[in-house]
Amino acid sequence: MIFGIPLQAFLGQLLVGLINGSFYAMLSLGLAVIFGMLKIINFAHGAQYMFGAFVGFLLLQWLNIGYWPALVLAPLVVGVVGMVVERTMLSRLYSLDPLYGLLFTFGLALVIEGVFRYCYGVSGQPYAAPDALSGGTNLGFMFLPNYRGWVVVSSLVVCLGTWLAIEKTKLGAYLRAATENPKLVQAFGVNVPVLLTLTYGLGSALAGLAGILAAPVYQVSPLMGSDLIIVVFAVVVVGGMGSILGAVITGYVLGLAEGLTKVFYPEASNIVVFVIMAIVLLVRPAGLFGKDA
Amino acid sequence: MSEPLLALRGLNAWYGEGHALHGVDLDVFPGETVTLLGRNGVGKTTTLRAIMGLIRKRTGTTTFGGRDLMHMPLHHVARAGLGFVPEERGIFSTLSVDENLNLPPVVAPGGMSLDEIFTLFPNLKTRRNSQGTKLSGGEQQMLAMARMLRTGVKMLLLDEPTEGLAPVIVQRIGEVLAELKARGMTILLVEQNFRFARRIADRFYLMEHGKITASFPVGELDQRMALLGEVLGV
Amino acid sequence: MTDLGATARQASATARLEWLLVGLGVAGLLAAPFFLYPIFLMKIMCFALFACAFNLLLGYTGLLSFGHAAFFGGAAYFCAHAVKDWGWTPEAGILLGTVGAALLGLVMGFFAIRRQGIYFAMITLALAQMFFFFCVQAPFTRGEDGIQGVPRGHLFGLVDLSQPLNIYYTVAAIFLIGLFAIWRIVNSPFGMILRSIRENENRAVSLGYSVANYKLAAFVMSAALAGLAGATKAIVFQFATLTDVTWQMSGEVILMTLLGGIGTMIGPAVGATLVVTLQNTLATSGFPVTIATGLIFMICVLLFRRGIVGEIYAKLPGIKK
Repeated sequence: MIFGIPLQAFLGQLLVGLINGSFYAMLSLGLAVIFGMLKIINFAHGAQYMFGAFVGFLLLQWLNIGYWPALVLAPLVVGVVGMVVERTMLSRLYSLDPLYGLLFTFGLALVIEGVFRYCYGVSGQPYAAPDALSGGTNLGFMFLPNYRGWVVVSSLVVCLGTWLAIEKTKLGAYLRAATENPKLVQAFGVNVPVLLTLTYGLGSALAGLAGILAAPVYQVSPLMGSDLIIVVFAVVVVGGMGSILGAVITGYVLGLAEGLTKVFYPEASNIVVFVIMAIVLLVRPAGLFGKDA
Repeated sequence: MSEPLLALRGLNAWYGEGHALHGVDLDVFPGETVTLLGRNGVGKTTTLRAIMGLIRKRTGTTTFGGRDLMHMPLHHVARAGLGFVPEERGIFSTLSVDENLNLPPVVAPGGMSLDEIFTLFPNLKTRRNSQGTKLSGGEQQMLAMARMLRTGVKMLLLDEPTEGLAPVIVQRIGEVLAELKARGMTILLVEQNFRFARRIADRFYLMEHGKITASFPVGELDQRMALLGEVLGV
Repeated sequence: MTDLGATARQASATARLEWLLVGLGVAGLLAAPFFLYPIFLMKIMCFALFACAFNLLLGYTGLLSFGHAAFFGGAAYFCAHAVKDWGWTPEAGILLGTVGAALLGLVMGFFAIRRQGIYFAMITLALAQMFFFFCVQAPFTRGEDGIQGVPRGHLFGLVDLSQPLNIYYTVAAIFLIGLFAIWRIVNSPFGMILRSIRENENRAVSLGYSVANYKLAAFVMSAALAGLAGATKAIVFQFATLTDVTWQMSGEVILMTLLGGIGTMIGPAVGATLVVTLQNTLATSGFPVTIATGLIFMICVLLFRRGIVGEIYAKLPGIKK
């Protein structure tokens, strides 16, 4: 028993929070990466997450391609589509007020969502976890469904890997430099327009990967991304987008905070992230890790 | 003399609505060091930025090694062999000294090795892992120059490399430029300090109100002092 | 080149033309119910007022709110609740809705103006989503069902609003009063300061204006007028539901404004007319509204960011906004 709550239930909700936090972290990571380079808030991020889940679902339906190949193919498809969108349309908006990028990607989100809603309705489609990850493990103090453990571990690996790639590799140095002064980096001979396309592709692919990871946890539904993206926006406001690591940490912490709220005051669990956002705005308007106003 | 490496003909450039360059003609021959003199705001920095393509609103012709720079995408200009060292130095704060140094891609063989660079700039070696903007102003200037030397560019555009630096550092930069010149590097130098410039420059251009108003070799500098004193206000 | 006198004559000609257009518009509004479905016209007027109120913030202050559905739908709930459950008269219900939206705007604006640009947009979106969850859970909104069967009642206890022409002219009056209020705000010294904030916030700060207070005031006014539109809609359609507080509704009002012309006086009304008409057409065609909405968004941003009215202004030299 902990605070009058059975330990099992407490840990169970904490795990749910950690799972949600894993998705918040991956999605806010993608948003922060895209924002850093393109100075655009990618409203379509939730739709791309949903798109990733659907790619997995459709690969299984149409081609009988299972989870493991889909784990690679879904982010690839979403990333490539993202790059095409960037090249043909989004790249025309860089010289404008960033609000236009927000409005454009909002429209894009509506289109992607509308297409899947038109084809598959609003009800969710089940997508089974792979056999290797079905069942669960008794940790002694709680029962952990294997797939959920996998989600937490792989999201940690993805977030850490992305961070390392940006901080420690040559390509990452290009990204960081171009985030600071894109014109000068291009004047050094780096093809910055291609770098921008790759960045949007990478950010989109991260959303697609989150989507395929989420497919067995939640149901695959055209609406799965739109409500989530609003929470992720709040996460991003709390963390500030100046720091990649900050966005990731904030994602996990707010997921856990949501899980804890489910234990103690379930009615408020779907607004707790927004409440925390409001408090942070009062105390530290620039966000916990933010330097920008 | 041979063909100029860099040739500007009737170069005009605009910042928004502001007309900054009014038909600049300028030549730099291979291996030459040319200094562009002029007061603040006459268009010296604009000239360098227009050559690099950092200002896109421009007319006239600019060729480098016979190639047209006017219609070249920004990232092809460096690949053609032009290295830019901006006035604000452009050191990246999220990159270490090492990362800053290795950032510009190698565009041609014949650039300096890291060892050669560290011989020229020993300070940089000891501070390899520092954050780029933690360096002193002089060290940042060295870094901004050093990173272009790795790339094998044929020509450097240097914007006021001595600005705001202590005399001993200015001295050091002068030595480095002389060394580069000895190695055959072509240099276009924007400078207000002509006492510094006369030690390395072969020729001078004088700029006023977005136009070139005089051009003379270093040997004529002394007989031009009266004019320079008047125009530069020194 | 024209001399100053010609420019002045042209400007006064433009002003006369504008008054002529206003006169024609009002006359058209009065005559319209004899030619078109009044319920359709009233829907357009409610959304047109909503979009013009939104534009007061986006077009004249430069703040993109992604949460205006909270004021529109919230006011509809407040009004419907007061009229149906407390037996208030329609004008009292509409007033309550407007005041309620203003207070909601005060709270949301207080938090949102702490950040700028895209952060402002994300914060308003998140706060409006919070209000949406409140509406889902609060008992008085009756959850998924919404408040149905709201009586139209008698205006000031005298005019029977169940009569089609009575309600039509009441809504037309509210619409015109709302537009007039926006016009006065925009052309007042206060409106000039808002525009200078839009043009250059730092300069406005250095001129000594307390920019935060001006932004908050604009936010509250915009919220109140959006609330006026939403409360009126609740009386017209006799219900208030969750649809009007969703983020999709916040997106819709942005689309109307963008399509018509951000920062133009009548653009948002034009945009609202087009969007409502389009939605009515699509509703019977089977083509999904969401896709159409998204496509129009993308096309507007890519190809004509000035919107329809803005493009017309740009093509006609000498016409001032």
